[in-house]
Amino acid sequence: MIWQLDLVLLSLVVICAIASITVKDLLSSAIILGAYSFLMCLIWAEMGAVDVAFTEATVGAGVSTIFFVAAIYHTTRRTKD
Amino acid sequence: MEFIIAKYNYWIYIILMMIGLYAMIAKNNLAKKVVGMTIFQTAVILFFISTAAKKGATIPIVMGDPHLHGHAIPGTVHAIQYVNPLPHVLMLTAIVVMVATFGVALALVIMIFRRYGTLEEDEIIEIRKKAVV
Repeated sequence: MIWQLDLVLLSLVVICAIASITVKDLLSSAIILGAYSFLMCLIWAEMGAVDVAFTEATVGAGVSTIFFVAAIYHTTRRTKD
Repeated sequence: MEFIIAKYNYWIYIILMMIGLYAMIAKNNLAKKVVGMTIFQTAVILFFISTAAKKGATIPIVMGDPHLHGHAIPGTVHAIQYVNPLPHVLMLTAIVVMVATFGVALALVIMIFRRYGTLEEDEIIEIRKKAVV
C-alpha cells in the first residue's frame, strides 16, 4: 500500500460518489458511476486484491454501465433531484 | 490521533456507506436509489478488502525459487509477506451478487416506468392515490 496514491484515489472515489447522486441527468449519473467503479478497481489493484480488481473492472464497471445506459434508453433521462 | 489517521480506509468506507444510505432514503428518483444501493455495496466490499491489506505485503501468489524450476520449497512460505486472500475470495462472490441485484433493480425500474410513465417517487404516489379514489 502506497498511502499517497491511496489517499488520492479514495478522495476521487468520494467525489465521484457524491457527483453521481447529485447530478441532474441520469445518463451523466451512469457515466460517473462507471468512473467510480474503475477508480474502485484501481484501489483494489493497489491494495493487492488483483482478482477482485479485474472482476470489478469487467463486471462492475463494464456490464453495470451497459445495463444502466440500456435502462435509461428504455425509460427517461429526466430527473428532478 | 495516529490511530485515527492510520485507519483512513475505514473512515472513507463509512463516508461512502452513508452516501449510499442517504441516496437510498432521501433521493426522489428511483434510478438514483439504485445508484445509492450500488455505492452502499461497494463500500462494504471496500471494508472487507481493507481488512485483508497489510503494510509491506505483496499479492497472494507464492514465489518459486528459480533454481528449483519454479517449484516452491514446502514449509518456507511466510504468511506475513502476503496479503490475506480469504476476504478477496468472499468479495468476488459479493461483486457478482452486486451486479445481479443491480440488473434486477433496473428491470423493476423499467417495468415501473412502463406502467406509470415516470421515475419520480412522488409522482408515482400521486398516480396511485388517484387510481384508488
